[in-house]
Amino acid sequence: MTDAKPIISIRNVTKKFGNVTAVNNVSIDVMPGEFFALLGPSGCGKTTLLRMLAGFETASDGEIEIDGQPMLGVSPNKRPVNMVFQSYAVFPHMSVFDNVAYGLKVTGVQKDEIAGRVEEALSLVHLEEYGKRKPDQLSGGQRQRVALARALVKKPKVLLLDEPLSALDAKLREAMRLELVRLQHTVGITFVIVTHDQDEALSMADRAAVMDRGVVRQIAPPDELYEHPNSLFVADFIGKVNMLEAKVAGQSGGEMVVEVKGMGRVTVPHDGAASGDIGIAVRPEKTVLSVEKPGEGVVALKGKVCDVAYYGSESNVLLDTETGVQFISTIQNDARHSALSVAIGDDLWISWAPGNTLVLAE
Amino acid sequence: MEDWRKNKLAFMVFMGPATFWLLVFFTIPVVAIWVYSFGERGPLGQTYLAFSFDNYLRAIEPIHLKILWKSIWIGGLSTFLCLLIGFPVALGIAFAPDRWKNPLLLVVVLPFFTNMLIRTFAWIVVLGSRGVVNSGLGWLHGQADWLLGFAGLPDVMGQFTPLEMLHNNYTVIVGLVYVHLPFLILPLYATLEKLDRSYLEASLDLGAGQWRTFFSVLAPLAMPGIVTGCLLVFILSMGNFLVPDRLGGTDSMMIGNLIAQEFSKARDWPFGAALSFVIMYPVFIFFAINALMMRRRERVRAEA
Repeated sequence: MTDAKPIISIRNVTKKFGNVTAVNNVSIDVMPGEFFALLGPSGCGKTTLLRMLAGFETASDGEIEIDGQPMLGVSPNKRPVNMVFQSYAVFPHMSVFDNVAYGLKVTGVQKDEIAGRVEEALSLVHLEEYGKRKPDQLSGGQRQRVALARALVKKPKVLLLDEPLSALDAKLREAMRLELVRLQHTVGITFVIVTHDQDEALSMADRAAVMDRGVVRQIAPPDELYEHPNSLFVADFIGKVNMLEAKVAGQSGGEMVVEVKGMGRVTVPHDGAASGDIGIAVRPEKTVLSVEKPGEGVVALKGKVCDVAYYGSESNVLLDTETGVQFISTIQNDARHSALSVAIGDDLWISWAPGNTLVLAE
Repeated sequence: MEDWRKNKLAFMVFMGPATFWLLVFFTIPVVAIWVYSFGERGPLGQTYLAFSFDNYLRAIEPIHLKILWKSIWIGGLSTFLCLLIGFPVALGIAFAPDRWKNPLLLVVVLPFFTNMLIRTFAWIVVLGSRGVVNSGLGWLHGQADWLLGFAGLPDVMGQFTPLEMLHNNYTVIVGLVYVHLPFLILPLYATLEKLDRSYLEASLDLGAGQWRTFFSVLAPLAMPGIVTGCLLVFILSMGNFLVPDRLGGTDSMMIGNLIAQEFSKARDWPFGAALSFVIMYPVFIFFAINALMMRRRERVRAEA
């Protein structure tokens, strides 16, 4: 895959609406067969970027190439991409069969070929029996499958999905995630999905671009985004994070000494260059709670429990630490009677291995 | 909150005035006219209640059917022209930037601020033999004559004769289209405005061109608005009597004129009533069929 040419090449693309910059100098390459996610909070420009790929918006500046062809001035109906809309946009006046056949009919595919391909697409999304139904006789999840079949039947180079799971209920959403990944493996088409849900992006995508106010902050595989975020924004957006302000005090041989506000000097492993004001952070599930002061070789803080949120398989313990910053620690409820019973008002130590410290240069 | 329909008192308070209004000022008069339609005209134009079908038999005499047929085709053609002109306008307003929508809608309804009689007379000023159009053409004619005189070709243009544009069926159609256009634009706009744009985008995305998208997606989805608008314009055009009276010629009499004549000059209320109901019956039947089909569709949906 490394030698392959990108199927989508977005270079220095900017989109302005009036004096609002929705997408600001974005460059992304998507490889053939990849499941790529555009991830970010609402208003970060991810949907605008997707709509530029589909041809519904024109870039104010920069270039977009799909399958090696420049897309400037190519109208949506001439692009080798198809889209699954957030509202699904399944035509209400057509049967399921006609919906799926529409894209083939309008491009002059032979009638007998259409029937075969529509059948094939419907079986791909397990809707073989539903061809004669009208969209108002389908559930939300089934309508979405129709939208998927309708796009996939065209055999596009790239399938664009705009928040495809946001309108489904929680259980169905989980199932559809697996279903989308299965579909993508079956058809082998490049998927580009827009989502504001980090779980969705982490669980489905091969790689994701995290966007913030029109700018791409980091492009990486999910595990790298989670374990090696390059900024506080990414660390905070992908999962929960406890963060402390710090200053670099010295650096030598893969280790860095930082002066943490309200805590003193801490040594953490860090290879990259950093100086001045930085942030050090740790994921809640990588912390340990204890009554006794932990031994040497860990980063430890004293705190008072101010809230416990119980989630069944795990609990989030909220502590007021001596630094003045609130910390969250996730503890696994792996036994019915936990060894450590935590109650509000308890004085506890929260600690973590130095290697689990994220160094976040702003 | 409690369903307000279950609260009988609240239901009556809210529905009472409207029901009373419709009953006293619509249902009772219509029933009265219906009763008249079986009556007889007295020698001095009185209406005697009776039970005879004579008025209906007269109403379907060829001479009256001809007028009815004429009303239908003039009404139909006016409706078609309204749709042809109104659809792009409604589409334009629905797709205009938000801040333009209200001013544009105001422009559409602006003519309603003038009395319809005056608006109809305005067409006489525009199309009359000494009207705006003919004056303009006359001026152009004079200028051309003058220029050709310079070129050494005096008098080739001859005398200017004003075009006869008034008092024929075409003027009636022009007038009807003008008066009823807003009745088509407004319901159509309401439908198009609510339409989810992603349907159109999906069609383009699937490879359809603009025209294909218009006929295969936009027009079918706009059908409720098209039907409502066309029905309104057709019913209003067919029954209109002012426009054919003022702008029409000697052979432009429509069913509305005939009915108006029977109720006023001829003083034959029973016959006028029968003529009215000859148009009303198909409308009643249409709505009955429509209601039946709606109920069946709902049942099919409930079973699915």
